[in-house]
Amino acid sequence: MDKSEILKQVNRVFIDVLDNEDIVLRSETTASDVEDWDSLTHIQLVVAIEKYFKIKFVSSEIQAWKNVGDMCDAIEKRI
Amino acid sequence: MNFNQLTKNLKKDFSPLKKVKIALLGDSATQMLAKAVVGYGYEIGIHFDLFEADYDQIDRQIFDANSELHAFKPEFVIIFQSANKLLKKFYSLDNPDRVHFSDTLLGEISGRFKTLQESLAAKVIIFNFIEINDSVFGNFANKINESFLFQIRKSNFELMNLSQTHKDLFVCDISALHNSWGSSYCTDMKTYISADMVFSIDFLPVVAKNICDIIQSILGTFKKCLILDLDNTLWGGIIGDDGLENIQIGDLGIGKAFTELQLWIKQLQKRGIILAVCSKNTESIAKEPFEKHPEMKLRLDDIAVFVANWENKVDNIRHIQSVLNIGFDSMVFLDDNPFERNMVKTNIPEIAVPELPEDPVEYLPFLRAANLFETASFTENDEKRTRQYQQESLRATVQKSFSNEDEFLASLNMGSVIQPFNKFNIPRVAQLTQRSNQFNLRTIRYTENEIRAIADSAEYCPLTFTLEDRFGDYGLISVVILKKKNDGLFIDTWIMSCRVLKRGMERFVLNEIVATANRSGYASIQGEYIPTAKNAMVKDHYKTLGFKNIGDQNGLWILSTETFGAFKTFITPKLDKGEA
Repeated sequence: MDKSEILKQVNRVFIDVLDNEDIVLRSETTASDVEDWDSLTHIQLVVAIEKYFKIKFVSSEIQAWKNVGDMCDAIEKRI
Repeated sequence: MNFNQLTKNLKKDFSPLKKVKIALLGDSATQMLAKAVVGYGYEIGIHFDLFEADYDQIDRQIFDANSELHAFKPEFVIIFQSANKLLKKFYSLDNPDRVHFSDTLLGEISGRFKTLQESLAAKVIIFNFIEINDSVFGNFANKINESFLFQIRKSNFELMNLSQTHKDLFVCDISALHNSWGSSYCTDMKTYISADMVFSIDFLPVVAKNICDIIQSILGTFKKCLILDLDNTLWGGIIGDDGLENIQIGDLGIGKAFTELQLWIKQLQKRGIILAVCSKNTESIAKEPFEKHPEMKLRLDDIAVFVANWENKVDNIRHIQSVLNIGFDSMVFLDDNPFERNMVKTNIPEIAVPELPEDPVEYLPFLRAANLFETASFTENDEKRTRQYQQESLRATVQKSFSNEDEFLASLNMGSVIQPFNKFNIPRVAQLTQRSNQFNLRTIRYTENEIRAIADSAEYCPLTFTLEDRFGDYGLISVVILKKKNDGLFIDTWIMSCRVLKRGMERFVLNEIVATANRSGYASIQGEYIPTAKNAMVKDHYKTLGFKNIGDQNGLWILSTETFGAFKTFITPKLDKGEA
């Protein structure tokens, strides 16, 4: 799966979890760019992404993410 | 229902739903749990107005009379102390203090409960504790009282003891839930470490449902009746085809699965759940296993209404409902056949229809996990219920042989014991105020403590009525609470069990109310009807009994005792057996 495909699928997970069809993610997108993406929904998003891609992150990875691109890199490494 | 679906519910319209004020106090991050509870509320038609205390503010909120909690005035307070936090506290103690850890904890819990009781009169739901073995001693922890495992298990045990003596203290058994779902399902260490959330996202809906089960049962919504299919539900195979010797029950085939299911159902029956049978079968053939099969645990005696014919199950369940005279929402229908389940669910949406697993060996664990029969009270009367409904079907048969109603009523030899509240009937009185929905004029719910206070107060005249006839004893079936006001006697509560409708009982009760008013020198009696979704049957209650509507105040009625002529009834006042 290439990066743009991962981004597309991550986008779908965001739309589902945050219940907002208008979300368009790019690599540079950060939490402050997306409505309702706060520390609580972040937990939901991480769990949903883990389930969707059938992977498990380690805590230090999650903490190091600065934007959606970092998240997608971590996914790419694990699938 | 997963957590995402529950959070989506939060955006829905809660305004038509019944509002219930609850407070959630925790020593860890509870925001997600709060969301799950409110979201689950939507599923069961409750709008939870929820106050969530700030992080780790349990004692400040409870003991500070000026706190937000006290200002909020919740009906329910949920206290969630996590075993993880207690473990930290435990580690900070010196060894000699550790043996007192549980006693100290229970002292704190008891203190919180008492304060909440006195100042808020709220029902309190307390989480018990997940039994963490920290593996400092291994299995040996069981043998020494200064281990955390020993102290936390003792706390769970003592919490059960505490709840026995306090009717308004309810335990949310997170320990049992944790045992059945397993640690790896219930916790997610990443979210615990980073966000101090004790439960995994997947476990939150389970916990939310459990809390809601307790609240619903306290509010009076719970299951009273279990309707059973027979073939491949109560036994393996088809009685009409396979015959008595070949159905699987007991040692034959997977009979053990059905035997254990029947044993469980029998326990429900003993607890007061009414059993009914609804089966597509020839009646005599369907009854055969109950009468003749040595391995059957359920017998005809256990079944209040037995319906076996070739009509559709929807009509048959409607018939069962009319005999029992209870709401569809208090019924559970058990059937292995997805087609029948679907048909019943579509036509009677209020009824609970568990989606049984395909394999019968999974029925029992599935039903246990579903926790369909949560209850908020248990009295001895519950155990007699099946017998009472069986007597009811006998009465129905006899009634057909009389041409007029008076003749029939006279033939019943009815008697009633009238008593004030006393220590023997207070639990039953409280239960009636909590459970009765239909014949209930104002639907005011009282706890046992409140009933006790009314019994002791000079402002009230409380009355209870039993009813028995030649077929059997209904027990305590009607409660009236009269409040002494300056301008008359006010009927604060008038409740009657629907099992004794059409016996002239309400006229008998009114005669006694008027007699009470006369004894206390009151010239008028005031009644009020407060409509709810379920009590339309008593809409015209006061009108029928000859009360006059007062002015334009809707629902207020008045009766002058001076012009009242006592109603004729076929019920004889009797002395209590203890007094006779």
